[in-house]
Amino acid sequence: MLKPLARWFHRRPLAGLVGLLGAPMAWLVVVYLGSLAALLVSSLYSLDSFTFNVVKHVGLQNYRELWQRPVYARVAMRTLGVAAAVTLVDLVLALPIAFYMAKVATPRVRRALGVALILPLWASYLAKAYAWRTFLDPAGGLLRKTLGWSPGFGLSGVVIVLAYLWLPYAILPIYAGLERLPDSLLEASADLGGRAGVTLRAVVFPILLPAVVAATIFTFSLSLGDYITVGIVGGKTQMIGNVISANFGVNNVPLAAAFAVVPMIIMVIYLVGIRRTGALENL
Amino acid sequence: MYLSSAVRRGIAVLTAAVLLFLYAPIAYLGLLAFNRQRSIIFGGFTLKWWGVAWRDHEVRHALWGSVQTATMATLLALVLGTLASLAVHRYRFFGRTTVSFAVILPIALPGIVTGIALNAAFRQILGVKLGFFTLVVAHATFCLVVVFNNVVARLRRLPGNLEEASADLGGDAFQTFRLVTLPLLRSALFAGGLLAFALSFDEIVVTTFTAGSGFTTLPQFILGNYSRPQRLPVVNVVAITVVLLSIVPAWLAQRISGDVSSAR
Repeated sequence: MLKPLARWFHRRPLAGLVGLLGAPMAWLVVVYLGSLAALLVSSLYSLDSFTFNVVKHVGLQNYRELWQRPVYARVAMRTLGVAAAVTLVDLVLALPIAFYMAKVATPRVRRALGVALILPLWASYLAKAYAWRTFLDPAGGLLRKTLGWSPGFGLSGVVIVLAYLWLPYAILPIYAGLERLPDSLLEASADLGGRAGVTLRAVVFPILLPAVVAATIFTFSLSLGDYITVGIVGGKTQMIGNVISANFGVNNVPLAAAFAVVPMIIMVIYLVGIRRTGALENL
Repeated sequence: MYLSSAVRRGIAVLTAAVLLFLYAPIAYLGLLAFNRQRSIIFGGFTLKWWGVAWRDHEVRHALWGSVQTATMATLLALVLGTLASLAVHRYRFFGRTTVSFAVILPIALPGIVTGIALNAAFRQILGVKLGFFTLVVAHATFCLVVVFNNVVARLRRLPGNLEEASADLGGDAFQTFRLVTLPLLRSALFAGGLLAFALSFDEIVVTTFTAGSGFTTLPQFILGNYSRPQRLPVVNVVAITVVLLSIVPAWLAQRISGDVSSAR
């Protein structure tokens, strides 16, 4: 029944391409890129200061406001700093465990670790953040009671909890990258007299780089937009997401949209910058 | 690479420490689900919250909402993601790298950007009322990426000559897809679909901006109830139940795909 159709497609490879790509591209272009365009458009609208309704009066007033009031620049810089710190912490924690899984553990242990790393992703993000709240609480939290010390609610709490939440997202791509690295290369390096340090720098590092960069995309981007964890363990800390969400809450959608353009541009610059490393194929 | 046994042991200890770090909060949640007191400090064992949670209508309603959303979003993502990955893998066309770039944007951009953008599109451009439909569209967008990544990774590893053999034996494009390609992709689709389901099930940021007020998912229920002390134990029970239920699919995905790399 499908034979004639298949023959028709076979003779027209372009039709085959359109047939495959049509629906998903329509979805991504219309729904997603269309929405990003809508975001840009609505960032140009303004809020009527009397009625608090959105007025479709196009102009750059929201961007001017973001530029002129130093508090927004401070929030943006703080967010960038947190995202960088979280990424660094996650890499430091992810590299040894990924290496252990891929190159040291027996297949049995490797499988068990694989499940053990996937499971926390299923545990509710919110529940985990609230669990950390009970750990960090400076008055009678678990850390204070057992260790006698707690960073409390604030910037360091935010970095710890975000690093905790995104850690599996950092481990999995790095593990996948290490798994693709053939053991024979490591042996060849050792045979040629390379010590562990030399092998890591000259063999493992260049091959693993795309996977590591892929891991940073997740940890960096997820931290850049977070506001819920910041609200739960951050005390008075404000990040870009909090400002966006607060403005959205009081119906100032245009200003929220304008500030949302900031993390969007940061991520697009980041993605374009790392495209050459081949990280995007390692997501 | 030669590693001394001291180094090996050191890495093993680090791994154990990271696992402890990952599981301590989850274990504490599990403990609180049996807490006799309505507080974050453990004060005696009880099973009563499990009964309370089981009978709670709000919990059931939210759970059902999440299951519906995640199922619909995953199904849509499976179809669209597979089509896109076949196109990118099989054809060399103008703008191919742009397509691969556009596909990853929904998970590479922060959730709040996606959420605000979809909200602006739905409300201000299209004038659609937020609800189940807009929520599924939003979730399917980032679920699509997860499926795409899984299937493309599998396609890259598959030998192309199996499909050629099928064609040589007279199989047309549809027969080849049904009898050769699809069975080879099955485990990648399973793993991708599972991860897409998990992401949708736990999503809160995009949900906040695209679900409106008429539809509740489990994360919205948790967010709304955690700060209310009298509801705390019920939320803990729900959270830990979801973790326990997910052991089976996570283990299955691991079994079927054989390696973790294709589970994401």
